[in-house]
Amino acid sequence: MSEQTIDLKKRRFLTQATSVVGAVGVTFVAWPFLSTWNPSARAKAAGAPVEVDISKLEEGQLVRVLWRKKPVWIFKRDKTTIKNLRTLDSILTDPNSTETSQQPEYAKNLYRSINPDIAVIVGVCTHLGCSPTYRPELGAADLGGDTWKGGFYCPCHGSKFDLAGRVYAGVPAPTNLVIPPYHFVSESLIQIGVSPAEHEVTPIFKSNKLT
Amino acid sequence: MDNNKNWIDQRFPLTKVWNEHLAEYYTPRNFNFWYFFGSLAMLVLVMQIVTGIFLTMHFKPDSASAFASVEYIMRDVNWGWLIRYLHSTGASAFFIVIYLHMYRGLLYGSYKSPRELIWILGMILYIALMAEAFMGYVLPWGQMSYWGAQVIISLFGSVPVIGPDLLVWILGDYAVGDPALNRFFSLHVIALPLILVILVFLHIVALHTVGSNNPDGVEIKKNKDKDGIPKDGIPFHPYYSVKDIVGVVVFLMIFSAVVFFAPAMNGYFLEHANFIEANPLKTPDHIAPLWYLTPFYSVLRAIPPMFSSQFPGVVGMFAALLILLALPWLDRSKVKSIRYRSAPYKYALGIFVISFVYLGYLGMQPVTPTNALLARVFTVLYFGFFILMPWFTSIGKTKEVPERVTGK
Repeated sequence: MSEQTIDLKKRRFLTQATSVVGAVGVTFVAWPFLSTWNPSARAKAAGAPVEVDISKLEEGQLVRVLWRKKPVWIFKRDKTTIKNLRTLDSILTDPNSTETSQQPEYAKNLYRSINPDIAVIVGVCTHLGCSPTYRPELGAADLGGDTWKGGFYCPCHGSKFDLAGRVYAGVPAPTNLVIPPYHFVSESLIQIGVSPAEHEVTPIFKSNKLT
Repeated sequence: MDNNKNWIDQRFPLTKVWNEHLAEYYTPRNFNFWYFFGSLAMLVLVMQIVTGIFLTMHFKPDSASAFASVEYIMRDVNWGWLIRYLHSTGASAFFIVIYLHMYRGLLYGSYKSPRELIWILGMILYIALMAEAFMGYVLPWGQMSYWGAQVIISLFGSVPVIGPDLLVWILGDYAVGDPALNRFFSLHVIALPLILVILVFLHIVALHTVGSNNPDGVEIKKNKDKDGIPKDGIPFHPYYSVKDIVGVVVFLMIFSAVVFFAPAMNGYFLEHANFIEANPLKTPDHIAPLWYLTPFYSVLRAIPPMFSSQFPGVVGMFAALLILLALPWLDRSKVKSIRYRSAPYKYALGIFVISFVYLGYLGMQPVTPTNALLARVFTVLYFGFFILMPWFTSIGKTKEVPERVTGK
């Protein structure tokens, strides 16, 4: 019995094995804690679609509603505005909305909307999340004078967007404003958060998913 | 009395700790003005914890009632306004003190061997303090709280691939709201203060292991008398404890003047827009973080988007912060103190300080083409200081460092 020796190799193996098992255990225990930070059932429920009545919306008028705690703008473009959208290509970063994550398939057109006159845009700057200001007036002196055809100006870092939410070139915001999934329930009622029936399966953006 | 002391000493190393860290902790005899700020930072930390405990008793971390509860503290709680202004002014005072403390390190090479770990622990403290201050600023749920949080947290959303999911995880919702406010409250009053206190403890243990640097950058431990006491050392207590009290008195005079006469500091310590309750539908006309974060905010804004992504700017901002950690290894000079450094280092340090201050100023200003260009120039100079440091610290003629401290 007195010749008992210490098996260092075995001891090291046991130490390492215990450490590994311990680390796995810690990872499993950490999961519920970290998971508490994901949106709770209540927060998810509060992200349900919202309906907006646009029967009283006048040309040039903009209303803001909250959808998933984000401001969503709904405004009516007049004929001049719609015409002007065609003239801006040269000063925009992405005039043809090629960045597919910024709008659903059915809003990938010149107006970035289902109907040319009704715009529905998430009013969150794609730079760092401020809400740009609505500046529809033509030729605003502080926004470039004659070249300004109306749009949105972000007060935080000076990004500019046109009245289809397309970003100007050379500003901090990298991409066009996000168009949320929406559809017309009737001529005067919009539901934000749900795509038109024929596009029901359109994947909505990762950050907006409800699961 | 002695019996009581013996009773404790047999059970807890009271006398030993007292001697090692105060009565027989030998500090260089030539400390100057710049050496007030370490102890002042400790004072402000204690003040923030005490005032914070009392604010927590009246504050409600709920997006529906947070703003009103702060106004309740200001108007209805006895002396509530004083406690809150001590806390809000304390936050800015903390950063003033910390910036001067860090500048002292740059002046006298306090980050150089063997004090690299003290510097690194200090930098982690600084980053933790920024997180603490940012989350504290969200709690009153004013317009700046809300939109400042929106901007800072959006930074995480720009991370490639996982960004959007990471954003939702941090917020616990699709935008800044009640869950974010509630978890920031928890982090601000429990997690980060605990981390700060532990880091301060480690920072001081590391300092007391190697001993303090001094304005001459001379290691006093190299010259010891026959009892093993550094010839240029004097016990921290009572010499520097008494000296620090003078610093505390002057500091408190200035601090009180701000608390009582200009607690908002014309929008620099408490921004005007934060006296309006958070409104997710309307961004204030001009938003800027509080002054102590603006140099890094400027770096963020200075870097243009690349590959349809804001991420490069975010990387630049964090790089501006993290590059400070590498300072002990970027500095190749054999000389610690500015008193004996070569001319190139002195110019470089001057340019660095101007860049940092000017970036801070620009971070508070609206973006104009001129400002954007200036921010880019100063961002380049800021990084230039670090990237070129191995070069400019190895050229130029340094002065001869004396054997003993000079006592100037």
